[in-house]
This record gives sequence, structure tokens and C-alpha cells, in this order.
Amino acid sequence: MPTIEHNGSSFTVDEDGFLTGNMDAWNETWVDYVKTVEGITEMTDEHHKVIEILRDYYKKNGIAPMVRILSKTTGFPLKRIYELFPSGPGKGACKMAGLPKPTGCV
Amino acid sequence: MPKHDTPLLDELEKGPWPSFVTDLKRQAEKKPECFDILGQLELSYRDKVTHWKHGGIVGVFGYGGGIVGRYSDVPTQFPGVAHFHTVRLNQPSSMFYSSAKLRDICNLWEKYGSGMTNMHGSTGDLVLLGTTTPNLEPLFYDLTHDLNQDLGGSGSNLRTPSCCLGRARCEWGCYDTQNLCHSLTMHYQDEIHRPAFPYKFKMKFSGCPNDCVAAIARSDFAVIGTWRDDIRIDQAAVKGYLSGEFIPNAGAHSDKDWGKFDIKAEVLDLCPTGCMWMEGDTLKIDNSECTRCMHCLNVMPRALRPGLQQGATICVGAKAPILDGAQFATMTVPFIEVNPDTEFAEIIEVIEKIWDWWMEVGKNRERVGETIMRIGLPTFLKVMEITPTPQHVKEPRSNPYVFWQEDEVEGGWDRDVIAYRKRNAQ
Repeated sequence: MPTIEHNGSSFTVDEDGFLTGNMDAWNETWVDYVKTVEGITEMTDEHHKVIEILRDYYKKNGIAPMVRILSKTTGFPLKRIYELFPSGPGKGACKMAGLPKPTGCV
Repeated sequence: MPKHDTPLLDELEKGPWPSFVTDLKRQAEKKPECFDILGQLELSYRDKVTHWKHGGIVGVFGYGGGIVGRYSDVPTQFPGVAHFHTVRLNQPSSMFYSSAKLRDICNLWEKYGSGMTNMHGSTGDLVLLGTTTPNLEPLFYDLTHDLNQDLGGSGSNLRTPSCCLGRARCEWGCYDTQNLCHSLTMHYQDEIHRPAFPYKFKMKFSGCPNDCVAAIARSDFAVIGTWRDDIRIDQAAVKGYLSGEFIPNAGAHSDKDWGKFDIKAEVLDLCPTGCMWMEGDTLKIDNSECTRCMHCLNVMPRALRPGLQQGATICVGAKAPILDGAQFATMTVPFIEVNPDTEFAEIIEVIEKIWDWWMEVGKNRERVGETIMRIGLPTFLKVMEITPTPQHVKEPRSNPYVFWQEDEVEGGWDRDVIAYRKRNAQ
């Protein structure tokens, strides 16, 4: 597994740059790192809101929420989520939130 | 990248069918990573197991799909396929190309990828097989800026729609499949590129019930052309078939001697509803009993044509076995006009009714066909604002577990057991 060094912290990731292992490795340095690779210029409260909701949902349910549920809980339409995270809710937001890589027929 | 010994694959260069191994070896002269494709495949042939790792999430900014990530699990042995992502390009309706366009795509793909393709994926996309993550954005930039070409769909979204070649070169096209396919593809770009559904959703468009894109089996939303007036009969051409001037099925069976054309045995007796007969050498059809199965038209294309009131049937919910078993699509709208003048507003309305409902009630990774099974065809038809008709079923239910709405039953559901006991002592 490759390792990523950023601002003094190191993270173990898979080929697609998703955090591996449990979610405890996640911290603000990780968020700052993902920002640089997922086309996000500046972190806003809206970014943090999406991440917080993703992490809460994952902790409670053990899976990432469906896109529709993410839109409903955050109040952001899908369009806004792509404005915030250009790679979309899966590759962008879930990666930044430290959730496991989305799977299935993608 | 060196050549690898591929004794098992080399066997597949024998025989008359075009060999993908020979093609790959030829491509490897230009793009050496193709030696590693062959090497890894040979290893899989020996180990009888795939050597691609699980999953892969890559893409381009702005889109949630279109590219399928792949990584080798033996990258040190085959560095040429360490990254081997698949790029789906949205194909033109019915896959008509100019050599200039294909040349442009090939040049671009030799620049950024392995040069290996799949023409085409089962859903319809032109598939570019094998590139690396850093190449994705530059490839996408050149695709869109120089080639005016977009990606197809992947993920829980509207996948790339596809159609039969329709009226472009088929006399049975009951509507312009290419126009509908292209128009809806453009109309639903957002749904194709940014997954927002419970699961994947596919559309296919066939010009007639022969269904040359297999819409009824391979799409959640199948639009299949048909007509509702009379089959047009050219009696002179019927006589041409009887006299042997015209060959039945346009010569499709001429590799074997099936004897002289026998209209009774080959058409009348095979008609599924038995609604055809001959009066002398005049062919008669009771069109009110015709189910438009296409058999007689297929046998005598010079003599029989679809009627003039043309449109389509919409069937919903086909899917492969996972999870609840394979399904063909269920007939939902028996006849709908396919009208380019309204920009297909009638069909769009049907699609959006399905989506509004399915996006609300569909479970995670539940195809619309499974949602219909779980919740029931009656509810689905109610949502679609379609009055149930006998055409909605092949046969009525045989079990008596019939649900009623409370307002359909006199007195409703609130009953008093004490009042009942007054009439029926314990």
C-alpha cells in the first residue's frame, strides 16, 4: 500500500488515494491533502458540512449514504455537491471524509 | 516492455475467426504495453483466475462516472498494465462513423492509451481499454475540445442510451430511433454524468418488435416501435413470393434447400394468432387479431409493411439476475406516439414519472424492475397514472390474495368486535 506524506502526517492509501484501514486515521491534515488532489480551491463551511454528515452517517450505518439521502440531509442539490466536490460525492467527498472506497458496478 | 511467452494464447491464433491475440500482438509492435496485456492474460489462463484487483475509483472533474478504474494485482511482473483504466465514449446513435472520426479517436488513443479498444461495449459505448490515471484529464480535454466527443455513463446513473439503426436503413422502423436516442441522450446529460439514482438505469430504442438492440431484455426503459392500424399488403408482391420471383425472408435461409415457398406452412400456420388466410392468391389479414409479432413481415418484406399509424410500446424493468432473478421488461404503455415536433415530451413525461417514484422508493442498488416487483405492478401503474388494462398481464393472477383499498370497500376497515358478538355469540 502506498503512503502519502502531507504536512508532517503520513497516511496509508490504496491506488485511488482512499484511506485504508479504519476511519481513525482521518484528521484535518487529510482533508487539507485531499483538497489539493480533488480540484477544491478553498474549503468552506459547506464542504465541512458534507464531510461531517458523511462521517456521521457512516459511523451510524456502516455504509455511505445514497446520493439522494446526502442531498436531503445536507440540503444541497447534486449540482451544488459537484460544485463543492468536482469529482462528485463518491470520489471527492467520500475520499475527503475518510470513508472506504465506493464499490460495485461503477 | 519485453515480449512474454504465451503458449496458451498462441493457440487462439489458429482457426478462421479473427484472432484478438494476433491483433494485440500487431498492436504491441507500436504500443509495448500490449505485451503485458497478453502476459497477464496468459498468466490468468494458467492460474484460471483474474489478475485485476478489486474495483477502482478514477474519473474526471465534474463527472461521477464514465471511466472504469482497473489495477493489476501483478504490477511488478507486468508494469504496462499496472494502471489499466477503461474509458467509455458515448457512441453516435446506431454507430455510423466516418473514417475521419475513427482516425481521430485512434490517434488520440494511441497518444494517451494502449491503443486497444472494444467496439463496442454491450451498452453501446465505444470503449477505450487501458490507460493510466494521469492521462485521464488530458485525454478528456482533447476529446471534448478537439473531437467534440463526450464520455458515456457508468455508476448509479443513466447509462449510455443506444438504439437499432432504425429508419437509417430498415423499412420496418416505426419511429426514428436514432433521433429519439440522440435527443434523450442530450436531454439527460446531467443524469448520465452525475450518478443520482438508487442504481443504474438503461434506455434502449428499437424500431420494431424484432428488437435489434434487445431493448426488452437489456434496458430498464425499452421503447419498441409498433403500429396500430392495418398491415399494408402489396398483393402483386405476394404473388411474386408465391411464384418464386421473390425469395422468402430476403434469402436468409438460402444456405439450405427448404423446398419451394409454401405460404400456408411458412406464414399462415405460423401466425401466432391465426389471423391470416388466403382467398385464391389474395392474402387476407384480420388486423384486429394481429399482435404485430413481425413474422409475416419478416418472411415477405417486399409484400408486407407496418401500418401508417406508427408509434411505440414502452416496457419497463428488464435486468440481469442479480439480485432477485432475471427479468424481461413489463409492458407499461401499450402505444405512445413518438413525436419529434414536441421534442418527445410525451416520452419524457413517462420517464420522469418512473424516476420520481423510483428515486424516492427505490432501495440502494435496487433496479427499477425489482422495485416494481417489491411494491407491485398495480402501485407502479397508479404512479404512472396509467389505467390497468388486460394488456398489462399475460394472464390474471391465480392466487386469491387480493388487496383492496379501504375506500373501495363499503364500511371501511374499522369494525367493532362487540357489535359482531351481538350477532354471533361465542
